[in-house]
Amino acid sequence: MPKPAEPAVKKPVGEQPENPAQLILDGAVASNQWNLLPLGGEAQITADSLAPGKVILPLSLWLELREQLHDRREEIGVWLDSDETADLLGDDAKALPLIAAHFPAFTDGRGFTLGRLLRERYGYTGELRAVGNFIRDQLTYLTRCGFNAFAYQGDEPLENLLGSMRDFNDSYQAAVDQPLPIFRRRALD
Amino acid sequence: MYRYDEQDHALVRQRVAQFRGQTERYLAGELKEEEFLPLRLQNGLYVQRLAPMLRIAVPYGLMNSAQLRRLAHITRKYDKGYAHFTTRQNVQLNWPNLEDVPDILAELAEVEMHAVQTSGNCIRNTTTDQFAGVARDELVDPRPYCELIRQWSTFHPEFAFLPRKFKIAVCGANEDRAAIRAHDIGLQIVKNAQGETGFQVFVGGGLGRTPILGAAIRDFLPETDLLSYLEAIVRVYNQLGRRDNKFKARIKILVKAMGSEAFARHVEAEWEQIKDGADQLTPEAITWAKRFFPEPAYKSFTDGHGDAVLRDQAGEDKAFARWLERNTFPHRVNGYQSVTLSTKPTGIPPGDVTDRQLEAIAELADKYSFGEVRVTHEQNVVLADVEQEQLFALWQEARKHGFATPNIGTLTDMICCPGGDYCSLANAKSIPVAEAIQRKFDDLDYLYDLGDLDLNISGCMNACGHHHIGHIGILGVDKKGEEFYQIQLGGNSTKKASLGKVLGPSFSRDEMPETIEKILDVFVENRQPEEFFIDTYNRIGLQPFKERVYAKAS
Repeated sequence: MPKPAEPAVKKPVGEQPENPAQLILDGAVASNQWNLLPLGGEAQITADSLAPGKVILPLSLWLELREQLHDRREEIGVWLDSDETADLLGDDAKALPLIAAHFPAFTDGRGFTLGRLLRERYGYTGELRAVGNFIRDQLTYLTRCGFNAFAYQGDEPLENLLGSMRDFNDSYQAAVDQPLPIFRRRALD
Repeated sequence: MYRYDEQDHALVRQRVAQFRGQTERYLAGELKEEEFLPLRLQNGLYVQRLAPMLRIAVPYGLMNSAQLRRLAHITRKYDKGYAHFTTRQNVQLNWPNLEDVPDILAELAEVEMHAVQTSGNCIRNTTTDQFAGVARDELVDPRPYCELIRQWSTFHPEFAFLPRKFKIAVCGANEDRAAIRAHDIGLQIVKNAQGETGFQVFVGGGLGRTPILGAAIRDFLPETDLLSYLEAIVRVYNQLGRRDNKFKARIKILVKAMGSEAFARHVEAEWEQIKDGADQLTPEAITWAKRFFPEPAYKSFTDGHGDAVLRDQAGEDKAFARWLERNTFPHRVNGYQSVTLSTKPTGIPPGDVTDRQLEAIAELADKYSFGEVRVTHEQNVVLADVEQEQLFALWQEARKHGFATPNIGTLTDMICCPGGDYCSLANAKSIPVAEAIQRKFDDLDYLYDLGDLDLNISGCMNACGHHHIGHIGILGVDKKGEEFYQIQLGGNSTKKASLGKVLGPSFSRDEMPETIEKILDVFVENRQPEEFFIDTYNRIGLQPFKERVYAKAS
């Protein structure tokens, strides 16, 4: 008799993201209203057992429970691990109030593409949050790729980071913050 | 050449300020070593065996005399008075102090230079043919496209943390002088049946420990779609490239694992989504970019005018005739020729020049070539637009400064990485091997008789010396703490690109010149009249070389 297919269990890429009490949201320090659930406990969680309040689910759990959680739509967000691409959410992104992208290491740059695709291709307009181990020196690029929230895990006070969000005030190429590349903005005649 | 406007200046100034802040935080212990690492690499700063090394960007190898003079000043003020030209057409300083780097970058910014993305896991300096715009076999000048790629790739927010480094080369001529198939993306400019300009796109080439030649994934990409297509390729790579193992993280591994056709389908699907977007190159943008590379104020000469003068001068001076033969290149404009200044006299590390020589090059450029030079991927310097009537005078001056070694394209014009003398990655020294070979083969008549021959030396398998694509390639290897050298034959970086094959067991450094001699003997004995080494090798294969080199003494 053939073995039944094992349910695909997503292994986290690196350490799982933390859930700091404060974050940077839209350019200012704010308190974190959302509770991010780690990967691993999916088997035990059902729509009924899910704690009340604003919660960020791993993608795999959200895919499983999304129909059942329809009534809680405004308080259910999703986080994608760095090996999960934007097309796994696709057009569903539009309906979500919060999407988080996990940076297991700041050198793992997949989340930058994720951000742009969610904003530019899938029409996502809600909170786009970077979680995990990104660094201050990436805030400009993250912003340019559509992130407006940063759950920073480092030791530095968040106030110190605000200045790094605009290390550059212009750019050569198009991205989320600037729809036109420089060659379309320059006077070319 | 491209001139900065206020936006370029502002961006580079902001970069200097950003890096100054990062360096200060690092020195104050606020930025961890592992966090500073990719930040400094994206500013060209390595920490090397003896001192930091700073790699300065020279977009597609093009520089003006003011920039050369500023480099000379920087090498004097912050370094030991010399610089090194690299195979990526960049310039390296070998001894700067970490603390001084922000000041060096500020000085560079004043002359429209920087060190942005000369290292790190991001899109590196785009390279091209050193004879771009002047070569007779050129279809279209690649430089405007290189400049548009430079702008697109500089500070690209999505692609600053790729799985690995990413290199693009563009060729606009019939002969490939940019080794495009040894790059992550190689672009060959082509024309379609309607006479429209476009690109043949190669992806997944690269050297290093898994050398692979790029595969063509598109035969004609309209020029308007250049940037969106590049964006699609890099985006697919950023999402799907391996990140679990840095040795398997280059795009070549992804293309090989997926198969180039499947990879192409991914790219096309991504590109379909963005091709009509803002990245589409408008005709105005292309015209604008072309305007930075106008034809210089050439004098008008009749066909064959300069040739007669040169014939006379060459007839009277054999040394000049030799130099003319090896170190100059035909020009598409009557009465002009391009000149390669050799950085490879015997005993000088290939690509090394002193501060005085940098100034001398600047002077020669001002006097003879409209104030501009190009760095070649063979680590030499080109004056692209020299009047034939001026060649004799230029040669005499170049000779005084040590640039007129008439060896371009020959065995002693070797590509050589800095190797174990400087580089902390190297397994073996490479400069002394280059020198020993140069000393052994110092007879010019013999070198000329051998004809065009690429000898490339790398001190480790990272292959900065491009040993895989040298006709003769030498790779430094470490065996139980001792330095040995492996020989490869049959590599080729031109249109008929190929990767070298390992000859057999490696040799000690002392054995190298003699071993090269045996290889050359086999060539000389087997060649047909006027045949080049690579053609003889392709005809007779590896075996005859192997037999001679490893023959037991009888």
